[in-house]
Amino acid sequence: MDEALQAARALLVGTHGLGLADWAALFGHFLLLSLLAIGGAITTAPDMQRYVVGERHWLSEAQFNASVALAQAAPGPNVLFVAVVGYNVGGLAGAFATMVGTLLPSTLLTLRASHWNAANAKAWPVRALHAGLAPVTIGLLLATGWILFEPQAGDWASAVLALGTIAFMLRTRLSPMWPIACGAIAGAAGWIG
Amino acid sequence: MSGAPAASGAALRAPASCRELFSVFTRLALQGFGGVLPVAQRELVERQRWLSSEQFLEMLALGQVLPGPNVVNLALMVGQRFFGLRGALAAMAGMVCVPMVGVLVLAVFAAQAQRHAAVTGALRGMGVVAAGLVLATALRLSKPLKRSPLSAIGAAAVVAATFLAIGVLRWPLVAVVLGLGGAAFAAAAWRLRVASRAPAAPPGNTEGDADG
Repeated sequence: MDEALQAARALLVGTHGLGLADWAALFGHFLLLSLLAIGGAITTAPDMQRYVVGERHWLSEAQFNASVALAQAAPGPNVLFVAVVGYNVGGLAGAFATMVGTLLPSTLLTLRASHWNAANAKAWPVRALHAGLAPVTIGLLLATGWILFEPQAGDWASAVLALGTIAFMLRTRLSPMWPIACGAIAGAAGWIG
Repeated sequence: MSGAPAASGAALRAPASCRELFSVFTRLALQGFGGVLPVAQRELVERQRWLSSEQFLEMLALGQVLPGPNVVNLALMVGQRFFGLRGALAAMAGMVCVPMVGVLVLAVFAAQAQRHAAVTGALRGMGVVAAGLVLATALRLSKPLKRSPLSAIGAAAVVAATFLAIGVLRWPLVAVVLGLGGAAFAAAAWRLRVASRAPAAPPGNTEGDADG
């Protein structure tokens, strides 16, 4: 009975016995990181690691990396790695604190900016902003794809899989779930070096 | 890029309700292994036809320079476009809630699974596919750049410079976005001003926009 109680406690608030000041610090740090997350939540990962691993010693470096890898593999937006880090620090309450902290400031700012954007769609600064940022965004996407592929760059099976995925996406309107399933099967069979 | 059925010619439609926003965003988030963006482009532009490629790229670009997770920012903007604040919250909730439950369930059981070679192999294979998905999305979304006020060649130069700075040289993202983005903004502003003074030819970028 005691064991079950302890497991439930670990699930809800984690095993670090965080005090009120710790919770406030965790929430506050993620609020701050939210405003620095230009280019996506994953860009804050290095600083998050510095805080959670180096400064607070709530997680080991391996635990932190595993949290990121898990969220990348699971379906959903990449920002969910924040929830996994939060869960490993403070259970479900930790996940809630880090996610709300991460989403609240950026959501308020985006709603403001989006409103301004819609209201001034015809004005030249908005049109110049869009014209200037569109190619930067495409370049960022190409760089992201390349960075994801690079660890496998020497492996011909990986190249075939990646090129096949691109062809599938450009030639059909089927769900990306199909190439994902092919990749998972090929990888589980040990064909992807 | 060519053989695929183009979405740009067909008429756009709108979601019927916040509930539809929520369910479409939940569905697309749950298909997003290793990144939601490719699925979002697939669903919102090609299947639901809520947005044209141009509109999608505009919102994505804005979502990318604003702080916060890009695809969540995108969801907020799409939702806000159709149903204001309620729509924004419905779309964001769809993007985040169900996948968050899923990933936390996985986190509880993760430690055991990652010891199996088949699991790590499958993750590696999915990672390679995720790379291909992002590259395909970039190719798909690059079409509107042909009509860029920067000219097609100017836009291609900015694409190449961004790729080089981030993908190869690994420069810090904020510096690249502010530097290259700022330069491209200035160039576009200058060309738009020049074009607006020439009487006959308005720059063909953002006309044909539906209601805001």
